[in-house]
Amino acid sequence: MTTPASPYKVIGSRPLRPDGVDKVTGRAIYGADVRLPGMLYGKVLRSPHAHARIVAIDVSAALALRGVRAVVTAQDMPTIGDKIADLGESTVNLRYTSNNLLAHDKVLYYGHAVAAVAAENIHIAEEALALIKVEYAVLPHVLDGKAAMAPDAPILLDDLRTNELGKRGDRPTNVAEHFRHQRGDLAKGFAEADVIVERTFHTATVHQGYIEPQNATALWNEDDQVLVWCSTQGAFSVQEQLAELLQIPISRVTVTPTEIGGGFGGKINVYLEPLAALLSRKAGHRPVKLVMTRAEVLAATGPTSGSHIRVKMGARRDGVITAAEAELIYEAGAYPGSPVGAGSGVIFAPYRLDNVQVDGYDVVVNRPKAAAYRAPGGTNAVFAAETVVDELAEKLSLDPIDFRLRNAVREGDRRVDGPEYKRIGFIETLEAARNHPHYTAPLTGKHRGRGVAAGFWFNWGGKSSATATVNADGAVNLIEGSTDIGGSRASIAMQLAETLGIPYEDIRPQVAGTASVGYNDVTGGSRTTFGTGWAVYEVGNKLLAEMRQRAAEYWDAPVESVTVANGVFTHNGDAMTFRELASKLDVPVTASASVHPQSYGPGFGVHIVDVEVDVETGKVSILRYTAAQDVGRAIHPSYVEGQLQGGAAQGIGWALNEEYVYDDQGRLLNASLLDYRMPTALDLPMIDTVLVEVHNPGHPYGVRGVGEVPIVPPAAAVANAIYHAIGVRMTELPMSPARIIAAIEKSRSGLG
Amino acid sequence: MQPFRYIRAQNVEHAATLLQQQDGRARILAGGTDLIVALRERRIAAELLIDIKGVPEVDELTYDAHDGLRLGAAVPCHRIYRHADVLRHYPGIVDAASLIGGVQIQGRASLGGNLCNASPAADSIPALIVHSAICDIALPQTRRRVPVEEFCVAPGKTVLARGEFLASLHLPPPPPGFGAAYLRFIPRNEMDIAVVGVGASVQLDADRRHIVAARIALGAVAPTPLFVPEAGAALLGAAPDDAVFARAAELAQAAARPITDMRGTAEFRRHLVGVLTRRALAKAVERASK
Repeated sequence: MTTPASPYKVIGSRPLRPDGVDKVTGRAIYGADVRLPGMLYGKVLRSPHAHARIVAIDVSAALALRGVRAVVTAQDMPTIGDKIADLGESTVNLRYTSNNLLAHDKVLYYGHAVAAVAAENIHIAEEALALIKVEYAVLPHVLDGKAAMAPDAPILLDDLRTNELGKRGDRPTNVAEHFRHQRGDLAKGFAEADVIVERTFHTATVHQGYIEPQNATALWNEDDQVLVWCSTQGAFSVQEQLAELLQIPISRVTVTPTEIGGGFGGKINVYLEPLAALLSRKAGHRPVKLVMTRAEVLAATGPTSGSHIRVKMGARRDGVITAAEAELIYEAGAYPGSPVGAGSGVIFAPYRLDNVQVDGYDVVVNRPKAAAYRAPGGTNAVFAAETVVDELAEKLSLDPIDFRLRNAVREGDRRVDGPEYKRIGFIETLEAARNHPHYTAPLTGKHRGRGVAAGFWFNWGGKSSATATVNADGAVNLIEGSTDIGGSRASIAMQLAETLGIPYEDIRPQVAGTASVGYNDVTGGSRTTFGTGWAVYEVGNKLLAEMRQRAAEYWDAPVESVTVANGVFTHNGDAMTFRELASKLDVPVTASASVHPQSYGPGFGVHIVDVEVDVETGKVSILRYTAAQDVGRAIHPSYVEGQLQGGAAQGIGWALNEEYVYDDQGRLLNASLLDYRMPTALDLPMIDTVLVEVHNPGHPYGVRGVGEVPIVPPAAAVANAIYHAIGVRMTELPMSPARIIAAIEKSRSGLG
Repeated sequence: MQPFRYIRAQNVEHAATLLQQQDGRARILAGGTDLIVALRERRIAAELLIDIKGVPEVDELTYDAHDGLRLGAAVPCHRIYRHADVLRHYPGIVDAASLIGGVQIQGRASLGGNLCNASPAADSIPALIVHSAICDIALPQTRRRVPVEEFCVAPGKTVLARGEFLASLHLPPPPPGFGAAYLRFIPRNEMDIAVVGVGASVQLDADRRHIVAARIALGAVAPTPLFVPEAGAALLGAAPDDAVFARAAELAQAAARPITDMRGTAEFRRHLVGVLTRRALAKAVERASK
């Protein structure tokens, strides 16, 4: 890999993060740290059933308990009509969101919220929950997407009709949508193929696994101003959702984001904020804080869809893929809105395909409503497709990277779901992987294997706003509205410093709430360093123009005669640094900008992994892992590397052990981090990264989103490595020890 | 969490008397790594917690070549696996105490607590069984002794009657040619409860060629940790090799009564019993041969 010499001073360096000291000293204020005078503590009562009609709720005993200040149920929620809201990484029907917040007529999954209480302390609130009497009429439930499509399956939503290729169905169903992308002639494509591979796959429901549980503190003031503090990926999104769900004007809602302990897409939808607000109003306008337990987080927030995926691909002996077909059935959870659309766009994105068809099904089941999770829908789709690609390469006796290079998309090619690629770096990334020492290192030892897989993510632009003010000492206060999850305060401040030509340390970034900065879309879709970076680039140019004007006034010269470069203003032999000029300002200098750039560039990753399989216990050990990715320009390379490592780590968890386990009554059994098995530090090797910098021509600094691509390839890469270690193709996630043993036994008995 | 009173017991009699006075509304507190969590999650209720960590016998860890090991019920794991005599003579105990929880948990959690929590998957119990531990149970005026394999009677239930508590454990000194091991299977490398645990101990004859005694115990495959005497008996007189380990493993598999739950299927657990029994025996023999 070669990186062109950087023309930049700040971009590409690795400075300390501005929020680092507060975080390592424990001073950073997270959502659960919020404390207001007179604050009450709330708890949520949740359904013990997977599917049941609510016959009656009696809250009188709870209300009578000393110290209880309010109880709310769905009756306290305004009636919401069908309205689709765009949350950035997904869209939601707000009527369904309202039903998900507090079950109206039916509970649709174990853990579905039914009522909430506010009390003087958390112990009283817990006590009060036990006093709420809910009478349920239990209904048959369905957990599996394929089973939910059967004609005799229990129906979750009586009013749901299938959007069948654009036409509304006429029967009750659990299938919210069936869509199709197609191009060319599949039959002709498969007829041209010398080798065809077809397999079906199943993947489990998995959770984002952010460390900080959901939380919200709300004060519904006597003047009907609603103030909310919470950890969220988007304060403005929370504001919009609250206004819609509570049916109040958006200007009455102020959302202040706290520090956030991870989100990965799961902290976009609201869960607790409206309940805290309603409790506050009912409790005599006292602030109310709600914080979930880990069990609540796993049972009632997040997860991403389990799926059934069928992939069929054909290729000629010369290595050209002639046809590709996929069918994706994604479990949306209790309400429509799985990421099957994204999965369908991702599944064949890396390859030039003339004959292709992708069918997607969005299916409701009695599980928590799916939320966005880092490249939503991508990991499971690519697990299926890249396993088949690996098998094709094997059958054609081609090196798996060479086979991918033979078919790799480049500028001008079109995805199956429509858009045409601009400048992309997939080929460069494949070449970087092929040239990496890991790929050619000998791998010896029993039951060891190496796998590779590629992955894609769209990335996003979104809307961003920022404001900056110049201090007398020359430092610049930057107010942004993008929640900092992955180090974006640093990467945004670096872009402003670069634009202004001043040191990074002179930028004082701060994430502000809805009352303090212009509109910002969520931190999601890998958009923040791109979009908010663009906003501060505009802010920086405005500030420089204003400062140049001030310099001209100081020198009493026409502004055209003042030049500015590298933070120094010059005129006729005189020079003044940014800092010197700042100290001479009589009138403050402030600049703001709002942008909505569309020219975001997608990203591609290629991962290489070595595994060892204990064929007696089925346990898979990750021996070595390398993630190569086209990252556009790496603003802060350490944080880009961190994104690649974090995505790989989550993908490995998804691949090996993470899954929701239910009993036969549809109750979630493993709602704890003890039994929902995310990888620990002892389960992963150091993850090597290769940053391939194919700059995005659609951004002033060449930025592409980087955060989501790296979770896409790991499950497929690990599956391919397991195959090369033990000769067994895994078609189910997670590839847990029990499944590995079962697959080995099946293959030994000749059934595999 | 509900409010409760807390008393630090002065001696065994004090603790036993308090416990009896409370008539079922008190709980014994050692490290608290199970108890406090259960109270917080409202899985149990208690009006009084009696802290026994300050009770001399309960906090004692001593070894004597004649008497063996006296292991107070509240001695935390980190003291056990760092104790020179334990390291030398009780390798199965070291295996188990090092596996329970992470470093912070090991600073508080005790084997007595692990035993009284009576989880079928408790790591220490199969190890205690293969080391032939005896439970020393206290009442205000008296004591009774119960072999550790008879201590648990159901998930979360023990032979302790109302008013009784576990004061200490006694492990006999290992005979010459003794070796033991405890292995568990978890899908990750940390932070998991055993899907299956297997303890094995062997005693080899003077020339270390034949097995003269063996004990095998299983975890997480029955309502209680399971002592499988017939698996040990199958090894008697045999030279330690893969074939004889496999025979013992089959008997262990036959004795297992696993269920399917969130941590593993019955089928997979039975499979693992075979694998881990063979591996634990091999390790025990390796240690015995040294």
